[in-house]
Amino acid sequence: MRILIATLLLLMAPQFACANEGGLKLLKADVDLSDQASLQRGARLFVNYCGSCHSAAYMRYNRIGADLGISEELLKADLMFTTDKVGEPMRAAMPADDSKEWFGVTPPDLSVEARARGEDWLFSYLHGFYKDPSKTTGVNNLYFPGAAMPHVLWELQGVKRAVFSTHTSPEGMQTQVFEHFENEIPGTLDEVQYERATRDLVGFMVYMGEPAKLVRYALGVKVLGFLFIFFVAAYLLKREYWKDVN
Amino acid sequence: MNAITRKLVDLRDWVDERFPLMSLWNDHIAQYYAPKNFNFWYYFGALSMAVFGLQIVTGIWLAMNYKPDADLAFGSVEYIMRDVDWGWLIRYLHSTGASAFFIVIYLHMFRGLMYGSFKKPRELLWILGMLLYLMLMAEAFMGYLLPWGQMSYWGAQVIISLFGAIPVIGTTLSEWIRGDYVVSDITLNRFFSLHVIALPFALAGLVMLHILALHEVGSNNPDGVEIKKLKGPDGHPLDGIPFHPYYTVKDLMGLSVFLILFSAVVFFSPEMGGYFLEANNFIPANPMQTPPHISPVWYFTPYYSILRANTVNFLWIDAKVWGVVFMGLGVLIFFLLPWLDRSPVRSIRYRGPLFKGALGIFVVVFVILGYLGLLPPTAERTLMAQVCTVIYFLFFLLMPIYTSLDKNKPVPERVTK
Repeated sequence: MRILIATLLLLMAPQFACANEGGLKLLKADVDLSDQASLQRGARLFVNYCGSCHSAAYMRYNRIGADLGISEELLKADLMFTTDKVGEPMRAAMPADDSKEWFGVTPPDLSVEARARGEDWLFSYLHGFYKDPSKTTGVNNLYFPGAAMPHVLWELQGVKRAVFSTHTSPEGMQTQVFEHFENEIPGTLDEVQYERATRDLVGFMVYMGEPAKLVRYALGVKVLGFLFIFFVAAYLLKREYWKDVN
Repeated sequence: MNAITRKLVDLRDWVDERFPLMSLWNDHIAQYYAPKNFNFWYYFGALSMAVFGLQIVTGIWLAMNYKPDADLAFGSVEYIMRDVDWGWLIRYLHSTGASAFFIVIYLHMFRGLMYGSFKKPRELLWILGMLLYLMLMAEAFMGYLLPWGQMSYWGAQVIISLFGAIPVIGTTLSEWIRGDYVVSDITLNRFFSLHVIALPFALAGLVMLHILALHEVGSNNPDGVEIKKLKGPDGHPLDGIPFHPYYTVKDLMGLSVFLILFSAVVFFSPEMGGYFLEANNFIPANPMQTPPHISPVWYFTPYYSILRANTVNFLWIDAKVWGVVFMGLGVLIFFLLPWLDRSPVRSIRYRGPLFKGALGIFVVVFVILGYLGLLPPTAERTLMAQVCTVIYFLFFLLMPIYTSLDKNKPVPERVTK
């Protein structure tokens, strides 16, 4: 019985995110949804850098305003580039047909991308671009090799070069193993600032993937509190009734 | 008695003269005598009813906002998650409820195995329960298509195409199920219809029959003793207590513990690390793009493992056909339990080491098969699944032998404790 329970618990342990190629360990995003300023900065990065090609068709502007404490005037001035109506969802500035022609694929809708990929994957992806002249975009991605997306944040991060080492297996198979990145052109942000910016952006995408997450935990604590009191009452009731059994 | 109470009693009597209200209440609740020694394992029958109720209620509200249309389905789920008041909670209650349903049902079935609740005179009760389990699997399978994500789509595609492996009628059968050559809008529409009307209706009816059959033969108990054999002067079993109020208050307590665990998942981890809601299902269904790894939801994976374990073409029949056959048999063989078990003893408490060992191994094998079914196959995993599949079937096929040979302990006259 104990073995059985231990096995079941082991099965219940969260699946480790290993969505990247080549068994690379993902970087930790460590987003903080309670940090409203961070989510606001993330929203601004999203509309400026992602929103021209990507839509977030399930996310309405006024919902962002209500959840992140942004007034309608500010929304219209700073975040809304594709519509004037605050009740509209976030559409891409670029027509889907054009982007399909230019990039080979239509950039996916990002509403629930954080739920499909996981926050750590997104964070790693934004840190995974390196210079690769063999690609049409001029860059490749360590965590998503052959990504069709150019490095839209390159101004912020700068341009990096990836250093690989070649390993030869006993059978003579050669594999390229990633060693580290080297800076080639500095960006407008330093390393720490870029990390903060991408954390803000990923945090916003996590919020966007599930806006209810902002209230879910707090409500859960209340519900569990109530259920615990309910359990105590039910337990006492049962004990009272069962006194005369046996 | 004050005026209001008197009015209510009058109303009750008015109804009772025209409808068997009091006799139903007494036969099934207030005067239904259940053994007094129910333990932890006896909560799960009532809990599965509670989860069924939860699924019905949340399902009604989900169906108010869901669109069974290949172009709109995925978006309508996100609409529920964002724009519908409390929609996210209703949806998580329903999605977590699906997994919770299988958890309580598996524990309920395991209870039956442990205490011999399927043995005479409860064979029909067991068969009705197994029919419920089959219906539940169909209900869950069809419900999983509705969010119209990649896993919904490709999971359904894989499972329905299995029917295509059946010789002669296979192709026609799978096209008949889908209503199309591939899973499409037509499939989504009919699955929605079956998921919200036909199967819940069948489930509710079977639940009623299951309970009627239970109340006809009476509940088994952890000692496997027949409490009806020894009755007091009042005609009630000496070891029995009325279901109400004793088990209604006890089940209420059990329900509160269940709700605590259930709410912990709903509010703090509705995805349950990808086991209850799969990450890939947040990508809209794309018939042109097969995901690299397709696996069903955890509650189907033991059978999925058995399916994949069949890799040998045998007797001129394709391995895939054997896979389907053994997967089907893996579920259906449970129906035969009342006749495979030859032991005179019901409860595991008084059974010999052979049955105890066999049941223990069976549970471990079932869990391993479930785990392997979640993972992409490798040579070692397939071998392990094959070994486990053989053991799985041996548990049933050798049962007449080891239950006859087993050295059982004497069963007491009355329930213990």
